[in-house]
Amino acid sequence: MLVTGPRTRAVRRPRYPVTREIDEQTGLGEAYMRSLVRTQLRLAVRLCAVLAVVVAGLPLLFAMVPAVREQEVFGVPLPWVVLGGLIYPWFVGCGWWYVRQAERNEADFAELVDRSPSAGDRADDP
Amino acid sequence: MSAAYGVAGVVLVVVATVLIGVLGVRFSRTTSDFYVASRTVTPLRNASAIGGEYLSAASFLGIAGLILVYGADMLWLPVGWTGGYLVLLVLVSAPLRRSGAYTLPDFAEARLESMAVRRVASVLVVLISWLYLLPQFQSAGLVLRTVTGAPVWTGGVLVAVVVAVNVLVGGMRSVTLVQAFQYWMKLTALTVPLIFLLLAWRYDGAPGLASDTPPAFDERTTVSVEMGVTVDVTAPVQVVVDGRVDGRTYEHTPLTLNTGEHHFDQDTSVTFPGGAAVPHVTGRPATTDRAWALPLDGREHSLYATYSLILATFLGTMGLPHVLVRFYTNPDGRAARRTTVLVLSLLGAFYLFPALYGVLGRLYTPELLMTGRADAVVLTLPGRLIGGVGGDLLGALVTGGAVAAFLSTSSGITVSVAGVLAQDILRGGVRSFRAGTLLALAVPLALAIAARHLAVADVVGLAFAVAASTFCPLLVLGVWWRRLTVPGAFAGLTAGGLLAGTAVIVTIATGPPGGALGAMLSEPAAWTVPVAFTVMIVVSWCTPGRVPPGVARMMVRLHTPETLDVDRGTWRPKRV
Repeated sequence: MLVTGPRTRAVRRPRYPVTREIDEQTGLGEAYMRSLVRTQLRLAVRLCAVLAVVVAGLPLLFAMVPAVREQEVFGVPLPWVVLGGLIYPWFVGCGWWYVRQAERNEADFAELVDRSPSAGDRADDP
Repeated sequence: MSAAYGVAGVVLVVVATVLIGVLGVRFSRTTSDFYVASRTVTPLRNASAIGGEYLSAASFLGIAGLILVYGADMLWLPVGWTGGYLVLLVLVSAPLRRSGAYTLPDFAEARLESMAVRRVASVLVVLISWLYLLPQFQSAGLVLRTVTGAPVWTGGVLVAVVVAVNVLVGGMRSVTLVQAFQYWMKLTALTVPLIFLLLAWRYDGAPGLASDTPPAFDERTTVSVEMGVTVDVTAPVQVVVDGRVDGRTYEHTPLTLNTGEHHFDQDTSVTFPGGAAVPHVTGRPATTDRAWALPLDGREHSLYATYSLILATFLGTMGLPHVLVRFYTNPDGRAARRTTVLVLSLLGAFYLFPALYGVLGRLYTPELLMTGRADAVVLTLPGRLIGGVGGDLLGALVTGGAVAAFLSTSSGITVSVAGVLAQDILRGGVRSFRAGTLLALAVPLALAIAARHLAVADVVGLAFAVAASTFCPLLVLGVWWRRLTVPGAFAGLTAGGLLAGTAVIVTIATGPPGGALGAMLSEPAAWTVPVAFTVMIVVSWCTPGRVPPGVARMMVRLHTPETLDVDRGTWRPKRV
């Protein structure tokens, strides 16, 4: 892992593996955990906010702008097209995107935690 | 539809369900097998099982019925039932799996280390489950009556017996197989007839729904009223009656129905002339087709009702008792997430179709607006549009799908509520699980026979509202907020449960009163969910000393990927 090499050397290498810091609930371990939870929460909140804007916005849009609710697409009223069809693939797309992001966050965290000190030693070798 | 085909459909699904259940029994021996299928289920099968279990009679029959009556506003129902899984995925899926809890009370105990909170959660699980089972049994009665003319209670009893046999013999493993089979069964049973229905509709000249009049009978139509009903007649109409109307008996007698309310007794048939407006069940709005096709038209407080429905469905899904058990069958948190995305796709595919049945029903079976049995629209359409043997076969197929819907949802809920009853109320062990199964089924069955008939999707909607007002705050705050305290969780669950529970009881027992209060009681989520969240947060703020001591370890357990070698604590769910 050449890319991680310089960064590992720059950071003070922990005495224990971070997993042990987490196990012993030291300040450092807690900081790692809080950062993981915060990252995942930020992702979840972001997606829920988009969902809320769309889902709460549609009834409001239909209520405020009658032209939208009476709009027809190929003879079918727009609300039926959106709520009866398009919204489902959008849900799946959102879910798929979320899973990718959440797994990436976890992989980043695992790499951060597992890297030291053994991975750091490896990076020092060449 | 001819009775023989319908009965064949019912028998086939029942036999297949029991057979798969009994074949699965060879694998389920220990308690762990009984509950969670030993966690050796593949993602697609698990996702199919989740979908199969989730798509209840409310989805298979209820949505089409409500769309037939209320129109575009009801499109939010399937949207919410799918979107609920997206919220669940994002907020709780992986942490829930990592918690290692089988049931919601397990999660409450693990996270808060409090038996008091566990007990409240147990009571709520049992109440929500019964609320969910009640309409399943009632619509089973409706289906059997539509198909065979059997008394209404027989359907509920049939479903209860088959579920009891399956759960008692096989436990969760066999249930998983059955559920996975039933998702595909339901999808087939809904889509294949629909293809033929749409072809018949095209052949009929593809009529639309844009007129400025309420639904009317196209031609001279005889309506058989199978259960007593009171309707509003909007204009005087000359009919021929065989049976009892407004307390008087007629035998094929012409009669003029004046404007106003009229009561038809059970087993009365009324023949309307062509062009007569369809009288609506008292209290249902007689909207024009144009208003019906547009959202937020026709009903009082429809914007409030829409938002409340959205809140209940999107947030209630995660709190349903039979959903969490399914997550345990994933090997780890990552698989739980991926399974959920698969579930989203399966549900989305299914929910494209019920609305079309509602639309076709508005065109071809408007008399359901009068008999008050809109839930039967999916069953009635094949026989109406496609005559002869073809119509009979398709009718048998949708009937089989409906039976699959009752069986799968009832089995799933029964397993989870029996587990909770066995662990928290009985002594535990496989024998308690069996007693719990019987108890889990008997109470809602008795209620279903005793209570007045309710629209299946409405009651299921109330179960979602209770779940959203109790378990949603517990799960979301439990997973993400370290400062949640024992008194906070206790107070929030109690407040949400009491408020939503009262609204449900009033709505079911007496029917909601009119006006704004009625809207608030029949769709309580918009105010009970914020109240529950607020109570949980404020009480937690006020009792900072009561944060559970193991919260840091629990956060490690909930959020770290399983690949990491860290201490996740020693908590294990109590095995029955």
